Amino acid sequence: MEAIAAIVIFVLMFALIILDKIPRHYITLGCAAATLIIVFGVCMKSPQAIMETLNLKTIITGNFWISSGESSSSGINWETIIFVAGMMVMVEGMAKAGFFRWLCLTIAKAVKYKVMPILITFMVMSAVLAMFIDSITVILFLAAVTVELSQLLKFDPVPMVLAEIFCANLGGSATMCGDPPNIIVGTALGYSFADFITNTGVIAGIALVVSVVFYALAYRKELTASAAANAGLTVHYPDPSEAITDKKEFVLSCVIFLCAVVLLVTHAQTHLTVALIGVAITILTLICFARDAKEIIRGVDYQTLLFFIGLFVVVGGLEQTGVLVMIAEFIGKLCGGNILAMVYIVLWISAVASSVVDNIPFAATMVPVIKTLAATTGADLSTLAWGLSIGTDIGGSATPIGASANVVGTSVVSKAGHPVSWGRYCKTAIPATIIVLGIAMIVIKLRYF
Amino acid sequence: MEHEKQQVIITIGREYGSGGHLIADMLGEKYGLPVYDSTIIETIAKEKNLNLDELKKFEEKPRNRLFTRSIDGYSNSPEDVIAYMEFDFLREKARSGESFIVVGRCGSSILKGYRGVISIFVTGDMPEKIQRVATEFHVSNEDAEMMIQKNNKSRKLYHNFYCKEKWGDSRYYELTINTSKIGFERAAEVIDCYIKERMGDDWAEHIAR
Repeated sequence: MEAIAAIVIFVLMFALIILDKIPRHYITLGCAAATLIIVFGVCMKSPQAIMETLNLKTIITGNFWISSGESSSSGINWETIIFVAGMMVMVEGMAKAGFFRWLCLTIAKAVKYKVMPILITFMVMSAVLAMFIDSITVILFLAAVTVELSQLLKFDPVPMVLAEIFCANLGGSATMCGDPPNIIVGTALGYSFADFITNTGVIAGIALVVSVVFYALAYRKELTASAAANAGLTVHYPDPSEAITDKKEFVLSCVIFLCAVVLLVTHAQTHLTVALIGVAITILTLICFARDAKEIIRGVDYQTLLFFIGLFVVVGGLEQTGVLVMIAEFIGKLCGGNILAMVYIVLWISAVASSVVDNIPFAATMVPVIKTLAATTGADLSTLAWGLSIGTDIGGSATPIGASANVVGTSVVSKAGHPVSWGRYCKTAIPATIIVLGIAMIVIKLRYF
Repeated sequence: MEHEKQQVIITIGREYGSGGHLIADMLGEKYGLPVYDSTIIETIAKEKNLNLDELKKFEEKPRNRLFTRSIDGYSNSPEDVIAYMEFDFLREKARSGESFIVVGRCGSSILKGYRGVISIFVTGDMPEKIQRVATEFHVSNEDAEMMIQKNNKSRKLYHNFYCKEKWGDSRYYELTINTSKIGFERAAEVIDCYIKERMGDDWAEHIAR
């Protein structure tokens, strides 16, 4: 009975997110309340399930702040929420100082405003930035500068923005903090930044080289033709220094960003959890930008944080009622003991599902599933985790609705008067996604089996 | 404030094949007012140097909820983006004090705060609409009926997505008129009488001059 109620609430939550009629944080919070009351209260009559799912006790334990061990994947993953909030505060400060625009314009200037070099450098920059900063922010700034440059240099910005979106998702898959699914996987299973960069990072690195070649070949004609047609035009190029609103704040934002990168890269050695890094970065940003602290805090995307909280409770409902164990057993039976097939199935199911539904709830649901799979079949948990991360992060690139960066990027370019249809988006994104998943399959086979 | 007093914005919602657009043109000619319809997107494309054919594909079309998403106010629905471009265009025109006629494009709802807005909905009976569409587009009656149903469904979805007021519901319009009963010209005259009554003698005299 309780399992049916949990499934109904979960399916309803997904359906409402897809219909996009109600803000998604209201949906997950509403469904979370339904889980707490109906599933845990009425059906299970279990205050313990409620406490385990709310998971508030974990915050006051020392392990929550200083440790690199595995944390509980049951219920609300507060480590993810606190870290995401911290990064949001840092990014607000960086954006305010003009960091992203300055970086884009500096690179465009360095390649002498030539369209094809801009495409390649922006793709690489998109991937590198997305390794540390959320891909929405990366794409928001990159797409805006691309549109601005396209107006100056008279080229169609759509191909370039589509390539940047793909690379942002790819870069996000390389690290623990690059994409929300990775943060969830990493914090829930106790993996470090180094674990990700040496596993998913290797796949993403190889895939980035191939993707740059693929997109450069796919869009070469389109981009060079329009640029050539307008060659000889007198153009006033924007000066990168114009992007900096305050020099002192700009330097401080660069220092804070570097601190965040160092703390993340070394957190396995320092034993600082990402939650503590999130809090440290928040405090540092607020001290450095004390004058604008209120504005920065107001700029934090609370809706996304509330969306996460509600989501974890709903997934907790599935976990407490044993639904996720059933799914894991089903996948286990389907593979008949073939571990490689199991990893491939996790990779492809994650990729296909993430191409059409939000990859964050999907990853949150799958973490307990792969944990059960590893425990019951003897499969290596980390290999399943890398398959899940790559599947959710890369699968999301395939369609315009697969990941948040895709939505924001296509929205920015559409608002500039270049609407992007599904056909145009998928024409390059689907082949590129399949190529990267193919690379991931080869690397997984060669390295782990 | 004089121009605000004198400003008139006639919004014409219409069923496909009812002659709403024709009536808008008649009124535009009579009052010497610009008629904004697909010309809005043409103007935007020209001003911003954009590909008009690409924009037209998504104009006055409902958003597909299943295949599009919104994140933090960023929608990747091309239909949404074009709709908001057109709404901004109309709001800007209204803000500038200009008098004009707008055909469809949620004009009645998005401009309802302006005193000079007169909202009209033009409807028609199915046999007459079929006849008109069949003649104009050289198609069979069956095809004409299908075109009417398809276009009306699309207009209704589009309007109801962006507006609280329901498309074609007479409670939300000042005047709803059926062109099948009295013909297009007489319908335009009736609307003309209503507008003059509504705007007062000064405005009617000003227009007559």
